[in-house]
Amino acid sequence: MKSPEPGAPSPDCAERPPAAREPGCPAGFLRQCTALAEMELRKLRHDPSEMLTRIIQPVLWLGVFGEVFTRVRAIPTGQLPYLDFMAPGVLAQSVLFIAIFYGIAAIWERDLGIVHKLLVSPASRAALVLGKALSAGVRALPQGCMVYLLAWLLGVRIKWQAGALVGVAAAILLGAAAFSTLSLTAACIVKTRERFMGIGQALTMPLFFASNAVYPISIMPGWLKTLAHINPLTYEVDAMRALMLAGGHSLYGLGPDFLVLTAATVILTALASRLYPNLAH
Amino acid sequence: MIETSALTRRFGGLTAVDGLDLSVGAGEVFGLLGPNGAGKTTVIKMLTTLLPPTSGEARVAGLDVRRRAARVRREIGYVPQLVSVDGTLTGYENLLIFAKLYAVPRSQRQARISEALEFVGLEAAAQRLVRGYSGGMMRRLEIALAMLHRPRVLFLDEPTAGLDPLARQAVWQHVRSLAHEYGMTIFLTTHFMEEADSLCGRVAIMNLGRVAALGRPEDLKVSIGRPEATLDEVFAHYTGHELDNGGSYREISRTRRTIARLR
Repeated sequence: MKSPEPGAPSPDCAERPPAAREPGCPAGFLRQCTALAEMELRKLRHDPSEMLTRIIQPVLWLGVFGEVFTRVRAIPTGQLPYLDFMAPGVLAQSVLFIAIFYGIAAIWERDLGIVHKLLVSPASRAALVLGKALSAGVRALPQGCMVYLLAWLLGVRIKWQAGALVGVAAAILLGAAAFSTLSLTAACIVKTRERFMGIGQALTMPLFFASNAVYPISIMPGWLKTLAHINPLTYEVDAMRALMLAGGHSLYGLGPDFLVLTAATVILTALASRLYPNLAH
Repeated sequence: MIETSALTRRFGGLTAVDGLDLSVGAGEVFGLLGPNGAGKTTVIKMLTTLLPPTSGEARVAGLDVRRRAARVRREIGYVPQLVSVDGTLTGYENLLIFAKLYAVPRSQRQARISEALEFVGLEAAAQRLVRGYSGGMMRRLEIALAMLHRPRVLFLDEPTAGLDPLARQAVWQHVRSLAHEYGMTIFLTTHFMEEADSLCGRVAIMNLGRVAALGRPEDLKVSIGRPEATLDEVFAHYTGHELDNGGSYREISRTRRTIARLR
């Protein structure tokens, strides 16, 4: 290597402390994850308009669908008014829709060359995938606040205890992580925007309808019950129902709910980390 | 600094890179020349660990790109062919995020960012959204990003594609400074002969996945018997055809998108 000219800015690699740069260490891993999440937060701050457009769908579900079905009383929801019953479902749905967007975002970043640059960085693949998962959470949290506000305005009886709110935030973060990595995995397989468009629809709608989001599983036919029970969204909604509503309770228990969400996130992160490098091929 | 032996990559039935043998020394500015589809980008992708070779070997900074990929990534910087800066963030924010991803120690982060901004002359524009940058500014920001962690080897894939001549000159100037002031080894691909002529100490002319000629631009001109020849003529001599910008539908649409972003 040529020696630098006198007076030149500090020369390269000699000065770097090797120990501080090990990207394998947990601190380094965490910093790389949070760097990607910080990127998302900064983007959101520059252009918060998306937060407003994203509230339209929950307004329709709660304000129109919910209000109507509360009046017909067609769906048995026990002690809870129907609107209360479906509010956590709509919250989970909002998180799901945000998370599913991360697959198309990955393809967009691939077309721009951003994926390539991320993959050439020393960050581990798992750190990149988890960073994206955390980014989805960063976008989902303000959306969660909007849905809370909307539900409260419509008269849903909300559990305002700090512990419950923290629990819902955790469920939002985990749900966003699980479904954004699912979407990322799909994106790594199909790779092109055109093909992903169909996949996005084919993922969100079945996940939503084969869950307890807007009707209880007890009224489903047997085959759909089975599907709903292996759908992580069911457990996300179950946890949210217990934590968000004043009269809410969990069918499966908060422990199992969070366990399922964590397991789904871990498995999908492992899968997406293996597939993510394919995006650069 | 870069060594390849019989480096090969196949995509299905197509051999994109066919038994490449190259050796690039420390501090060298090396150019890989060829038309679209010659295999240049595939070579860069293999050397930057983005794509595993089908067969053969490659070492960057003394490290095998397949077995020690993670270590290789700490020693290299990469400016992709496409515009990969984030338009929805400011220039400063782009640098900050990458400084964190590249594990630049916190104590040095601000100093490195300021230095990189100054190096490419973007201090004044640092707090503006990159979306509003000109094409040349975006490329300069890319260079700033790639130098943040002081890589030993810098890979640039078509660094001036889509730029006007003035912006191109500015990018060249920065690439030269990186080699001279920071002692970085530079490996770039290009299909602009002028770029190779003015920047590179040595060039390899690639055609259909193989190296057709290798040497200093002046020597290559002499080798075809006409020292006054342009590198274009050298290229035509060794590959048997003019340098055209063919390429697949996908490549063209990507190039167009890049150019559209640069406007």
